[in-house]
Amino acid sequence: MASATNKLSRFNITALALGLSFLYLPIVILIVYSFNASRLVTVWGGWSLHWYDEFFHDQAMIDAAWMSLRVGATSATLATILGTLAAVALSRGAGFKGRTLFSSMLYAPLVMPEVITGLSLLLLFVAINAERGFWTVVIAHTTLTMCFVSVVVQARLGAIDRSFEEAAMDLGCDPLRAFAAVTLPLILPSVAAGWMLAFTLSLDDLVIASFTTGPGSATLPIRIYSEVRLGVKPEINAICTLVVALIAVVIVVASLASKISDARGKNAAPL
Amino acid sequence: MSKDTGNPARAADSNAESRSAPGMPLLRIDAVVKKFGQFRAVDALSLDIQAGEFFALLGPSGCGKTTLLRMLAGFETPDEGRILLGGEDIAQISPHQRPVNMMFQSYALFPHLSVRDNIAFGLKRAKLPSSEIGARVKEMVTLVKLDGLEKRKPDQLSGGQRQRVALARSLARRPKLLLLDEPLAALDKKLRESTQLELMELQRRLGLTFIIVTHDQQEAMTMAARIGVMDAGRLEQVASPRDLYEAPRSRWIAEFVGDINLIEGKLDTIEGSHATIARRLAIVTEQAGTIHIAKPSHPLSRTSVCVAIRPEKIKLSRRAPVSDDVRAINRLEGVVADVGYLGGVTGYKIELDSGLILRSSLANTARLDSDAYGLGQRVVAWFSPEDCVVLEQ
Repeated sequence: MASATNKLSRFNITALALGLSFLYLPIVILIVYSFNASRLVTVWGGWSLHWYDEFFHDQAMIDAAWMSLRVGATSATLATILGTLAAVALSRGAGFKGRTLFSSMLYAPLVMPEVITGLSLLLLFVAINAERGFWTVVIAHTTLTMCFVSVVVQARLGAIDRSFEEAAMDLGCDPLRAFAAVTLPLILPSVAAGWMLAFTLSLDDLVIASFTTGPGSATLPIRIYSEVRLGVKPEINAICTLVVALIAVVIVVASLASKISDARGKNAAPL
Repeated sequence: MSKDTGNPARAADSNAESRSAPGMPLLRIDAVVKKFGQFRAVDALSLDIQAGEFFALLGPSGCGKTTLLRMLAGFETPDEGRILLGGEDIAQISPHQRPVNMMFQSYALFPHLSVRDNIAFGLKRAKLPSSEIGARVKEMVTLVKLDGLEKRKPDQLSGGQRQRVALARSLARRPKLLLLDEPLAALDKKLRESTQLELMELQRRLGLTFIIVTHDQQEAMTMAARIGVMDAGRLEQVASPRDLYEAPRSRWIAEFVGDINLIEGKLDTIEGSHATIARRLAIVTEQAGTIHIAKPSHPLSRTSVCVAIRPEKIKLSRRAPVSDDVRAINRLEGVVADVGYLGGVTGYKIELDSGLILRSSLANTARLDSDAYGLGQRVVAWFSPEDCVVLEQ
């Protein structure tokens, strides 16, 4: 009986196959064609690593990829620090005035159209006469991703009993030390998950980056998009495959990390 | 001060003071008020705790006992009043600067630290040399019998072991005062009873001052030398377990602590003065006739009172006892309406002819049930005037 209910029915299998192919078929096609020997994107000409080689000799594309990684790492780090602080303030400072307003304002960028965020940041940078380039994109991406980090960290903070912090204070920690010694280690998996989320969001963003970047500092999505406008080269497929691989690694690492921290929590010995 | 004279907390406090040795108590809670919005969680409460005392705060949930404890630990700040620890006002001092430690109901063991590091946590903050930290942790581990488990994480321990780690961690800093918030609530019954005895032993051996918050009367009665019963942010009575049970100050206390029979009545008066026969008062009740009670030590201020008798003080017999026995001067006839066998004792409900239900509990001193009373049996319930308590409020 139990095995019958655990088995997937034919309907389940069909639904699963359709759903997964809807999600992943385009990516699979992209990956397969990145190994295409033919110059034409749509015609299969046998297996080859030629386009990967091409990419590694395309200095402009390499620069753009390097730019994207730097922007992603820097903005993810800034967003993680700011987002974690915001999450702590909102979940621990229960009493302060305007808390509800602050928390809804923090989440507004989640649903704000990216065009609006990009345009408003562009106007700001123009108004304060900031030279557009690496740092303006970093700031823009920090604004975009900070609220995601905050959501992730706040969820974890909400699940942590306040008595941990109180116990730390009771044992001689001032509030700051209590946070560093007890709260931070407990929320660390979600802080790490927040960082990775922010990093992938930054890596992926085209709209905000194209508003806020300047000459000579194009990110990878901007570079790819401008190339594609002139016609799709199979080299783009190779680059995209590399990006997919990078993101896949990040996701696997993130899920492994959260699994390990879950397993630690579930290991409780029976009474 | 003067405005509180009618306050039971104030009265309880003066009571406590008169019994304690002269000199400053370790802890003096002086007219402390804590408000949450309009709600007064702790309402002008005063209490003295002597050094070396095992004190229990007992009360229904929401009575303010945990709020009071949290104010002693520093997690809440009183809106009014003072908290003096060894003569110093600590009401506004933050938790990490108080020589007070707390054991949390949830234990709050740090999940990312081992048993050893949990116990050493407070010692490291106190900046003790590492050799002393090591020695102190070892001492604590032995004290709570956790030898061999120092390297385990909290989630690799049983409930009882976690409770011990929490205790060791809160004792490691050698606090002047240890606060325990429902420390045994998460343990099962057998373990709870053995841990109660261990806690008492520990407190006596170390000569520490313990304040325990509990909603469990049995626990408070077993462990504490003195119990403060709280209701609605006030102390209703502060007394030893025996006094609390045998001499409750009010109807509320009488009903809150253990089981009790309450019978409303009026003092019988003869020509304006109380009718006193052989140092006894007579109370005329509607439902149980005249009840004779021993004359209370304090004069009664009202004529309409309430007679309280604990169920185990009411004896039953098939026939009326010998008439000249003073201890059986109060005798009421009724029918057995309910029998509840509990092992060591049997609880009976006796329905009097007036409809009043009296509860009586008799110890089952013989194994065979030849003495037991059956449902519907007519019995005489009798009790001594000495066993009645007269309550005015």
